[in-house]
Amino acid sequence: MNALLAADVNVAQNVGFYVIAAVMLYGAVRVVSTRNVVHAALWLVVVLGGVAAQYVLAAAEFVAISQVMVYIGAVMVLFLFGIMLTRATIGSEDGLNNRGWGLGIPVALLLAGTMIWVVVDQYRGTVLESPEGPMPTTALSDVFLREGLVPFLALSFVLLAAAIGAIVLARKD
Amino acid sequence: MYAVNFLILGALLFSLGVFGVIARRNAVMVLMSIELILNAVNVNLIAFAMMNNSAEGHVFALYVIAVAAAEVGVGLAMVLMIYRNRRSIALDELSAMKG
Repeated sequence: MNALLAADVNVAQNVGFYVIAAVMLYGAVRVVSTRNVVHAALWLVVVLGGVAAQYVLAAAEFVAISQVMVYIGAVMVLFLFGIMLTRATIGSEDGLNNRGWGLGIPVALLLAGTMIWVVVDQYRGTVLESPEGPMPTTALSDVFLREGLVPFLALSFVLLAAAIGAIVLARKD
Repeated sequence: MYAVNFLILGALLFSLGVFGVIARRNAVMVLMSIELILNAVNVNLIAFAMMNNSAEGHVFALYVIAVAAAEVGVGLAMVLMIYRNRRSIALDELSAMKG
C-alpha cells in the first residue's frame, strides 16, 4: 500500500483519484459484462465521465472539457442511435458474448499483469509534482500551431473524410 | 501522487477493453470496448504530460479524441450497412471471408 499512496504529496488528490478510479473500473467491468446493450452504453458514460474527472485531477482542464463534449455529448448519442437502428432488444438479451468468450479472461489477465509489471518496474517511486494550476490553453495552442500544425491540418482532413465516408456508407440508395 | 497510479489505471482499463473486444459478439459492443482502450491510452498520455510538465501530451490526447470520434462515426456507419444487408450484427455470423 505504501508503494501506491504518496501521503506526503497531496492527500485530497490521492483520495479523489482512488474514489474516481474505483467507480471507473466498476463501470468498465459492467460495460464488458452486462447483458443489456443500453446499460452497457450508459455504464460507458460513467467510465468516460470518470476519465474526464481524472483529467481535471491531472490539471488537463481543456482535455477534460473536450472529453465531455466529444465523448459524452457526441459519441454516446451516436452509440445510442446505433443501438436503436440495429434494433437490439431493449432489455436483457442472451447471445451478446461469443461462444469462446472465456478465452478473453486469461488474455486480459496476462496483458494486465505484463503491463502493470513493466510500469511498476519502470516508474516505481516517480512522483508527479502537484501542478500550480491548469495547463494554460495558450500552451496547447502554441504546440498545435507550431510543431503540431501539419498533423493538426491532417486531422481536419481525417474528420472530413470520416464524415463524408459515414454519409456514403449509411446512405440508402 | 505517484505516476504508477495513473499508469496502472490505464493498464487495467486497456485490459478490460481487450477483454470486451474478444468476448463480445455484438458489433456495437465491440466498438464500445475500443472506446475503453482509446481512453486508457489517453489517461496514460495525460499522466506522462504531467510527469514532464509539458503540453505535448495534452495535444496528443486531443488528437486521439478526434481520431476516436472519426472512428466511431465510420464504424457505426459500417455496422448500419452490415445490418441493412444481412439483418444481423453478430460478428461470428459475418463469415463471408472465411475460406
